[in-house]
Amino acid sequence: MTMLPEASAIKLGLVIDLDICVGCQACVVNCKEWNTAGYGAPLADSDAYGEAPSGAWLNRVHAYEAGDGADSRTVHFPKSCLHCEEAPCVTVCPTGASFKRAEDGIVLVNEDWCIGCGLCAWSCPYGARELDPAEGVMKKCTLCVDRIYNDNLPEEDRVPACVRTCPTNARHFGDLGDPNSEVSLMVAARDGIDLMPEQGTRPVNKYLPPRPRRAADETPVSLVAMAEADTPKGFWKWVDSTLDRLG
Amino acid sequence: MRPAWSIIFFTTISGLGLGLAGWIVIGLLPLMTPASVMGVGIATLALIGVGLISSTFHLGHPERAWRALSQWRSSWLSREGVLAVIVMAGLAGWFATAYGGGRVPFWANLVLLLLIYVTVYATSMIYASLKTVARWHHPLTPVCYLMFAAAGGLLAVLALLAILRLPITAALAQAAIVLMLSAWGVKLAWWRVAGMAPQAGSIESATGLGALGAVRPLMPPHTEENYLQHEMGFVVARRHADKLRMIALLLGGGLPVLILVLAPASAGALAVAVLAHVVGMFVERWLFFAEAKHVVTLYYGEAA
Repeated sequence: MTMLPEASAIKLGLVIDLDICVGCQACVVNCKEWNTAGYGAPLADSDAYGEAPSGAWLNRVHAYEAGDGADSRTVHFPKSCLHCEEAPCVTVCPTGASFKRAEDGIVLVNEDWCIGCGLCAWSCPYGARELDPAEGVMKKCTLCVDRIYNDNLPEEDRVPACVRTCPTNARHFGDLGDPNSEVSLMVAARDGIDLMPEQGTRPVNKYLPPRPRRAADETPVSLVAMAEADTPKGFWKWVDSTLDRLG
Repeated sequence: MRPAWSIIFFTTISGLGLGLAGWIVIGLLPLMTPASVMGVGIATLALIGVGLISSTFHLGHPERAWRALSQWRSSWLSREGVLAVIVMAGLAGWFATAYGGGRVPFWANLVLLLLIYVTVYATSMIYASLKTVARWHHPLTPVCYLMFAAAGGLLAVLALLAILRLPITAALAQAAIVLMLSAWGVKLAWWRVAGMAPQAGSIESATGLGALGAVRPLMPPHTEENYLQHEMGFVVARRHADKLRMIALLLGGGLPVLILVLAPASAGALAVAVLAHVVGMFVERWLFFAEAKHVVTLYYGEAA
């Protein structure tokens, strides 16, 4: 059913900390691995070892430079489905394959119904959907729905693969519908933002902007002075000059 | 946006067929003999049907296309499919009645006419409803589709009148000229107004990093072109856009109007006019896709 459900109380999603991400791409790789081996059709590649390798990925990390001069900085920017509350990809779907779960707000694709028309990918401003080159069905982030509710996994693994694997803890998973959840508090404390708010999609996923740079409040230590050796005195002066004389 | 041939063929050919059907159901093409009813009926339904079938060729799973009829409550693509099926069934009934010598009641003709134009509107709304493509998300987009269906359809009516050796009144030929010029007038306005529509948003709003200052892409997230760029960042057309627009305008509008002025009764010349119009519309539709730019390209550092 591609009508959007009533807004759910539980809004599962990700909070991504742009201050911390180092762009290591571990989340990208672990996402690909988990979604290739798990539910549904594998996340395929085409011409993987050839001239023009391509493939479907559900999570990609861009890198940007923001600001100018001494205050400019490099920002690594992971991007995956934002599980929007007003998901345009759901309402454009002609078959009912694209849907938003009423119980937790996760946006999913029923691969047995998808005709691969690509209209949902056209409707998504974030580029979160990619057509599987082998299977001809639309692929997208499932928020690892097959991990987060999976009783067969140890409890610490019941989070999305990208969150579990992030070595810097830049990715957080939780209920953004609960104002007291850890992720909601984080968003409130850091003024978390929506991507492309002008599109009216009301994303559940939030991004934490890079923290303001700390002001340089004292003159920096001179590294050159530190590196220059003191002139030796007393006994060490005698050793120094004697060794010099020996050649 | 990547111009898929099957979609261009579908919107052009089905649009022409629907426009033709619209004029037929209001009685503009008097079909005197069962043979002419049969011939025109098959031609009209074939135009609409072939277009529809071709639209499934770009699908990953064409065998599941029937599922696309289910979500008419939210999806314009689904609505378009449902309406097209209803219109085809209605037209088949109309031609069957005419073949049997019966008369279709006035109200049924009006309902059929309305459904035909709502179908064309639904086709246009598949694209016009997408907020992500600024150029398409414009009130003039459906007007272009509706006008071209009406103008192309009337041109086809004139060609069929000439082929069936029926008289073409001067008023009808003039109406065809006015309609064709108006349709291209709207298209020219669309090229100016919608074509210039700036992309909502910027790389700063896309990344949310605007507070830090200007944002520039540093590294792409992949080494080769991916599905998104292949699908949303088509560039060939923009390089030759001006030339292609001129070709579309001359073939799709200029030549047909010239023929309507010079030889409004010649079956051969009118057939050429229809053919030129179809080729011109192909180019116009190709540009409609190829020139359009998706907002996701902002993430790849393309200017809005």
